[in-house]
Amino acid sequence: MNAATSEPKLYDCRDAFTATLEAMAAENNRIVAVCNDSVGSSKLTGFRDRFPERLINVGIAEQALVGAGAGLANGGKIPFVCGAACFLTARALEQIKADVAYSDTNVKLVGISSGMAYGELGPTHHSTEDFAWVRAIPNVAVVAPCDNAETAAAVAFAAEFKGPIFLRLSRVGVPQLLPDNHKFELGKADTLRDGVDVTIIANGVLTHRAMLAAEKLAGAGVEARVLNMASVRPIDDEAIVKAAEETGAIVTCEEHTIFGGLGSAVAEVVVETRPVLMKRLGVPGIFPPTGSANFLLDEFGMSPDGIAAAARDLIERKA
Amino acid sequence: MDTQDLRRMANQIRRRDLQAVFEAGAGHIGGEMSVSDILTALYFRVLNVDPTNPLDPNRDRFVLSKGHTACALYVTLAEKGFIPKEEVATFLKPHSRLNGHPNRTKVPGVETNTGPLGHGLPVGVGMAIAAKLSGASWRTYVVTGDGEMQEGSNWEAIASAAQYKLDNLTLIIDHNRLQQGARLAETNNLAPFAPKLEAFGWVVEEIDGHDMDQIVAALSPDKVEPHKPKAIVAHTNKGQGISFMSDNVAWHHKVPNAEQYKQAMAELEEAAQ
Repeated sequence: MNAATSEPKLYDCRDAFTATLEAMAAENNRIVAVCNDSVGSSKLTGFRDRFPERLINVGIAEQALVGAGAGLANGGKIPFVCGAACFLTARALEQIKADVAYSDTNVKLVGISSGMAYGELGPTHHSTEDFAWVRAIPNVAVVAPCDNAETAAAVAFAAEFKGPIFLRLSRVGVPQLLPDNHKFELGKADTLRDGVDVTIIANGVLTHRAMLAAEKLAGAGVEARVLNMASVRPIDDEAIVKAAEETGAIVTCEEHTIFGGLGSAVAEVVVETRPVLMKRLGVPGIFPPTGSANFLLDEFGMSPDGIAAAARDLIERKA
Repeated sequence: MDTQDLRRMANQIRRRDLQAVFEAGAGHIGGEMSVSDILTALYFRVLNVDPTNPLDPNRDRFVLSKGHTACALYVTLAEKGFIPKEEVATFLKPHSRLNGHPNRTKVPGVETNTGPLGHGLPVGVGMAIAAKLSGASWRTYVVTGDGEMQEGSNWEAIASAAQYKLDNLTLIIDHNRLQQGARLAETNNLAPFAPKLEAFGWVVEEIDGHDMDQIVAALSPDKVEPHKPKAIVAHTNKGQGISFMSDNVAWHHKVPNAEQYKQAMAELEEAAQ
């Protein structure tokens, strides 16, 4: 009867992004937002109303979007360059490489509705390759916050950080996992739950699913460690090596293809330091069928039960 | 610098560029010869830039979007005092900061890393918007090649520049009629440029891109129309100043042999008299 009211409140992390951006912009007139017609989908209407001159909308033109962002940074501004993650990264990848990363400009790339957030709109609108693309480019931090608190903290961090950073945000509702006053540290994972039998590493909308999986495992006497690893680049080598040494098995979960993303980044550290069994959960290298993001995550083995099953399988195999 | 001195400087830049390309055994000499007069006018007459304070927030911004002609920019920056003149001899050498395309993180005076074509103008649009937001009077100048205008990103930026009424932005198209493999007209002929740019809301001026008086006059901030970005279509010759290179598609990135080098240098030296 009370099931509905006991469900945790879900947050659209775009709200935390724009609330933080507006609060910072009120204090610092160097902060500008740049978008590609995505005022609504980037939730920038409030920003536009408060700081109309500082919302630069280049229209549906992602190359100009990122290029103009680099020019604004050259002119002393702190541009938050916003667009649907799929278009921002794929359409303007060379601008991200040359104008932002190689030129070392102080540009904040904000990929909105990343992963499979656009669900039923299909693979053209999914952004499940962006970790791989952007982390292959030198000199860009890559960050996928797990909830509203981490989003706010990461946006505040990005404004202070000198240099290029890619924030990968979702619109899919997630419960709050981190405290209100959470402070974001680049390249540092958060241990959300400690355990010795297996480690589950996740970020973005997968972290709360990893926590639910750990609860299920605990019910069966399995103690899983859960690392929230928002920072894909730089990555927390130390936490990964420790997890490998202390738990002997690692499951990664991401709203991204299993080729080149979080799982790959973790595996790169594991194989060169402390090889242990791993399972990379993610989009299995296909264009997903029709469905919502949450449906597709379940479909690809990333329901809490699916993640728990992957963890149990690793524990059996390492024994 | 008066236009007579500018002509002498442009000749000196051409000679140093020719020598650097010959010694390095690589470079994009054709486009370097076509853009040299424009670079000279910008750095020695128009741009408010200070080699002793290359990151002055109020400096004018210059972007060489046709980044493959980096050597001409390096020589110009050296003449202006941004980098030591003797450093030009390191062009393309291992670990030299003077690689084939300019790098702002290493070379003072470079504003953004170019090389892939169609990048400079969108960045220039952002610079010009930044100046407007700051209420600052510094101006942004972007040089593109004519073949480069085939990149769609330029037209994204052209539309945005008009929308934002960027009268503090000047685009100079080095219209030498040749691209890497063939003539523009035989490839994807965007010429004439003026009507297309005007249709987007730009003010356009056509000049002889080797006539120093015309270049200086066209670049004057006094000749800006309020609320409109400005384009200068500079009619140039690829390989300008060297008879066997001029308007010859073979010389996009060909390197002269010893005999050709001697002849080319002799022609430039004669023109300097």
